[in-house]
Amino acid sequence: MIPELGQFALVLALCLCVSQAVLPLVGAHTGRRDFMALARPVAAGQFVFVALAYVVLTQAFLADDFSVRYVAQNSNTELPVAYKVAAVWGGHEGSLLLWIMILAVWTLAVAAASRGQPAEFTSRVIGVLGVVSTGVLAFMIFTSNPFDRLIPAAFEGNDLNPLLQDPAMVAHPPMLYVGYVGLAVPFAFAVAALLTGRLDKNWARWTRPWTVIAWLFLTLGIALGSWWAYYELGWGGWWFWDPVENASFMPWLMATALLHSLAVTERRGIFKSWTVLLAIAAFSLSLLGTFLVRSGVLISVHAFASDPTRGLFILMLLGLISGGALLLYAARAKLMVAEGGFRLLSRESFLMANNILLVAATGAVLFGTLYPLFLDALGLGKISVGPPYFNLVFLLPMLPLVLLLGAGMHAWWMKMNVSALVRKLAWPAGIAIALGIALPLVVFGQSSFMTAIGVIAGLWVCGAALLDPLRRLLRPQQGMRLTRAHWGMCLAHLGVGIFILGATVTSAYNVETDRGVSPGDRWETGGYEFVFRGVRDVPGPNFDAVEGEVELRRGGELIALLTPQKRVYRVQQSPMTEAAIDGRIHRDVFVALGDSLGGGAWSLRIQVKPLIRFIWYGCAIMAFGGLLAATDRRYRHVPERAASSPAVGHRAAGEA
Amino acid sequence: MWRYAIPVGLLAVLGVFLARGLTLNPGYVPSPLIGKPAPEFNLPALKDPDARVGSEVFEGQLSLLNVWATWCVGCRQEHGFLVELAGSSGIPIYGLNWKDDRGTALQWLERLGDPYVASAVDADGDVAIDWGVYGAPETFLIDRDGTVLYKHIAPLTAEIWQERFVPIVTEKCGSFPCLQDGIQ
Repeated sequence: MIPELGQFALVLALCLCVSQAVLPLVGAHTGRRDFMALARPVAAGQFVFVALAYVVLTQAFLADDFSVRYVAQNSNTELPVAYKVAAVWGGHEGSLLLWIMILAVWTLAVAAASRGQPAEFTSRVIGVLGVVSTGVLAFMIFTSNPFDRLIPAAFEGNDLNPLLQDPAMVAHPPMLYVGYVGLAVPFAFAVAALLTGRLDKNWARWTRPWTVIAWLFLTLGIALGSWWAYYELGWGGWWFWDPVENASFMPWLMATALLHSLAVTERRGIFKSWTVLLAIAAFSLSLLGTFLVRSGVLISVHAFASDPTRGLFILMLLGLISGGALLLYAARAKLMVAEGGFRLLSRESFLMANNILLVAATGAVLFGTLYPLFLDALGLGKISVGPPYFNLVFLLPMLPLVLLLGAGMHAWWMKMNVSALVRKLAWPAGIAIALGIALPLVVFGQSSFMTAIGVIAGLWVCGAALLDPLRRLLRPQQGMRLTRAHWGMCLAHLGVGIFILGATVTSAYNVETDRGVSPGDRWETGGYEFVFRGVRDVPGPNFDAVEGEVELRRGGELIALLTPQKRVYRVQQSPMTEAAIDGRIHRDVFVALGDSLGGGAWSLRIQVKPLIRFIWYGCAIMAFGGLLAATDRRYRHVPERAASSPAVGHRAAGEA
Repeated sequence: MWRYAIPVGLLAVLGVFLARGLTLNPGYVPSPLIGKPAPEFNLPALKDPDARVGSEVFEGQLSLLNVWATWCVGCRQEHGFLVELAGSSGIPIYGLNWKDDRGTALQWLERLGDPYVASAVDADGDVAIDWGVYGAPETFLIDRDGTVLYKHIAPLTAEIWQERFVPIVTEKCGSFPCLQDGIQ
């Protein structure tokens, strides 16, 4: 009975969604206040019913209700409670419910935070979000209903995919979805601006914090996914250019471009139609990502259940939502008039270069991801595009991007004095070049051209990012006061620099060996001594494991006892590798247990990875910088002027 | 202005490809070798390093070539089925032991059973390159005249065997299990 309530709640939510999509948009178009006034209550009602459906599904998991097909497929009585809660989004149907749930929360947040904005504009934003929710809710109800019954009920569930039974994997999908779905908000703002035909600096100021928050969650989500792949898949890599990874990375690149373009639009009232296009593209890429993941058109290491009918539905959704927005763009973009110009050497130019390079990188990744599909569709054969392609085409735009980044942060708006810029940056540049060449040689005893370039780039970005904060801290009287947004920008770029250092050093100096070992064996890898003690059986709540014991020693002293596991989950009988990692800030020692070679001997994969943690620290710092920027004073306290005047543009002369 | 219509045009092109993609099966990777003579090789045998196994073994009967290695988890997975197949199908299975350690490989066959008439040792992986091997395990079906008939990537299972191999074998042999001269 209870699951039917969930189903009923979903249908009611769909009805409310349709009204949310239609009434406010019609109201804004015809100027009917009563229709516009419905936007917020209807959005709140939609949230209530989606949340109810979500709670009902969670309850079905907690109660082991195996008469619900989705629960029977993704849970088991032996599954620990925390994973039962997480199993709600462990499969296709539930993850769609999570998607809708998060969109409802975003809609509610937008409705609550936009009280100071003109009703006509807010109605359009909420209406567009309603169109998106209607599409996805209909997709869920008609093709992927999580409340479908299984008659007769199963006695026991099929268990959650063992790969997903991991703390990082519990947090990864919600984070990623908050980011993915959050891009619907700038999308809705962009479409609303196109519908009104007016777009000004206020528009950019309203859009920016939402974009930053979506971006920071996307950053964390991708980082968590990469961290999970690193220790759970047992290969020790951290990025594979797999289609599903690319599906999350492309919206991130586009959102990053959007953030920077919004900065120009907010500050200077230019790049308007470009900003709108980026906002549409970012959300379209997150829809495209959903399509690629769920339709099975590409092969991926992520074994999601895929289904061509679902693919067709998402494709139609993509066509309707993105196609509609882009048609509107084709018709209305010419109305977005620039409010000023800029000189060649100015922050605007640097940000334009940033945008061009990021969009080029997105295009390259998109092309590589879809290339096998293009060839296949044209009947030209089957191929797979591997990391060598991606590493090359991604680095080509990224290298100039990070070099320009350091200078762009310090360039002035409108126009910049060259000698002032050179004077300010000569020291950080000199130090980065000197240390970038010397440090790898001193620490690791060898270096290469590409390694030096990578380390120089990383140090250069870190140095440029720290310049203003250091001045402020060292000479509080002299230095200018930094706004919270400025701190955020510096920190986010520092994160980029740290990430580059981590990625460069770990790929250049990674030591990796596979070897067969017997109990008592001693050997040396990457400057550490290892002793294999043997394996023993360890029972888990819903799995049986073989656990290896490996001593990690340096100079005869025991540093850590590593216990890599090989688990077999009882229900699905799938073997899983749990690597053991001794993680320090400057390096990870990674040991994964391979296969039994008979006679007590096992194969082991041992890796020593210097600075690998910098990759994830860098991402976390980027996200924290985003948090600071999004909570800047100017977004929290809406100036009276903006609150009272509607979103009229064309009067920017006196501003900024 | 037409330039503002470029994005929607790009989306339309993308949409056409994606729609076409829905009707294709990306998991099906044909080999350029199909319909062509099997690449020649002459390698040491696994069981007896002094003996040789060459591509002439395929002549005269339908046979299978299975690329395997002890470091390959998928090979472990399909091994049981291969042993079963060797006893029931009437088709000899040859192994290509790829980039492996001889001692470990012999131990593996002793412990898990040996489905192979003979295994050729491809220690450097040169022959695997000639055969266009993507990764172990892969299984080739080879005709009496040494022509490659079919190639399967990934572990072989009863369903895949039934679905993909049996129709070809039945057509070539006229019956299944295949009754071939000189083979029990």
